Order: sequence, then C-alpha cells, then structure tokens
Amino acid sequence: MSEELQSGIVKKFLYINRRAPHGTNYAQEGLEVALIGAAFDQDVAMAYLDDGVFQLKAGQDTKAIGTKNFSATYRALGDYDVKRVYVERESLERRGLSEDDLMPLVYEDEDDDWEEKPLIHVVSAREMQQIISESDVLLNF
Amino acid sequence: MTLEINGQSFETDEEGYLANLSDWSSELAEAMAQHDGCDLTENHWEVVNFLREYYDEYQIAPAVRVLTKAIGKRLGKDKGNSRYLYELFPYGPAKQACKYAGLPKPTGCV
Repeated sequence: MSEELQSGIVKKFLYINRRAPHGTNYAQEGLEVALIGAAFDQDVAMAYLDDGVFQLKAGQDTKAIGTKNFSATYRALGDYDVKRVYVERESLERRGLSEDDLMPLVYEDEDDDWEEKPLIHVVSAREMQQIISESDVLLNF
Repeated sequence: MTLEINGQSFETDEEGYLANLSDWSSELAEAMAQHDGCDLTENHWEVVNFLREYYDEYQIAPAVRVLTKAIGKRLGKDKGNSRYLYELFPYGPAKQACKYAGLPKPTGCV
C-alpha cells in the first residue's frame, strides 16, 4: 500500500451504504470515512442500496430521536470532489420512493465556471453490479 | 481537559477542542488564541466566522483543502491559498481555526 501511495496510483474506492441513516452509526461513520478518503485525493464514489437509499431522503428531522441531523453533511460531498453518487432504482421503488424524494445533491464544476451539476445518478441493479465490479476497493457500511 | 476563562471552566477534548459547541463565544475564541500566543485580527475572524457558517450549514468542519477552495470562492483567490491561510494559522488552517471557532476537529485531518 505505501509503495502504491508513493508511486501516486489512485485507486477507485466505492463506499457501499445499505443501512437506514439513523438508529446505528453506520451511515454517519461511512459518510465521514468517505469524506476523509476524498480529502486524501482518493477517487471516491458512493453507492446506496437497500435501506441505504433512505440516507439520501430529503427533509430528514432527528429532533424526536435526539441525535445530530447529519444529513446536511451529504451536501458537502461535492466540496470534497466526490462527483459520483449512485442510487439503485430497484431499492428506491421497493420502498415507494423515487428520485424526487431525494436531496438535490450537486457539485460545482471548477472547469465549467462553477456551474452546479447533479451528483446523484439513479442506476439499475445491473448497472450497479457493473459499477461495483469496476471498483478497486469496496467498503461496506 | 478543561479550559478556564474568566473564572468559568469549559470542557474540551485532549487537544483543546470544545466539547460543547454551545459553549462558544467570541471571548472564548480570543482566549483560546491567546493561549496559543496568537492575536485574532480581522483576517483571522473572517476565516473563523466562515467555518462557523460552514458547520452550521453542513454539520462538519471541512478539511483544509475544502476550506481553502471555499475561502477562495467567498473571499477571493488572494485569500484562498494555503500560503495566506498558513500565515494566519501556522498550526494548520483547518485545525487551528476550527478550534477557535468552537468546532470539532475537521473531517479529513490527521
């Protein structure tokens, strides 16, 4: 690993998120680890499947459960140069959700006069398989 | 750890970051800076206030690279570079400024 870091090889990291946002630490920790990886210039992409799709739902409110509403932090992904966020369509549909229920995440394209571009790509299960197989490192949360 | 200011004590972690965000005041920021031998000028405050706004919006303290880029966008290229920010905060712009801003240690900082 250290030799690879020195030689400047950038690996493709995919963070796979399968759990609901609140009730356990997995979602928040997974997001923080991904941001840290991105801060170290890794090529970071996010994948949301199963109950993980709830993590990106708009309008989360944690007041009643007394935890920090970290859902605002997903909007920082673009600032950390994470430009690919994949959400599995089948997982959304099985939960009665569509892309319209998700937070509108964007990144600002430095090379295109800071134009805001969408981060979220809703993909089919088959496309998700492809994305997973093309990644070098998979981390599950 | 605790921090004693004007007879009041505030809880911090082992590196001096405030345990409770709500304890923060500008007097506390000045006192933390003085403890490090640093006087907060208007230029320092620009960065500290920016970080507090960033945290309010995103619920995280940004890593230095993210901070530098965001400062550049907000305050101009002459301030959005690591040389300028390291001159203000020699212990590391994100780490040191976050401390004075009462935020936790930045996400993505060693």
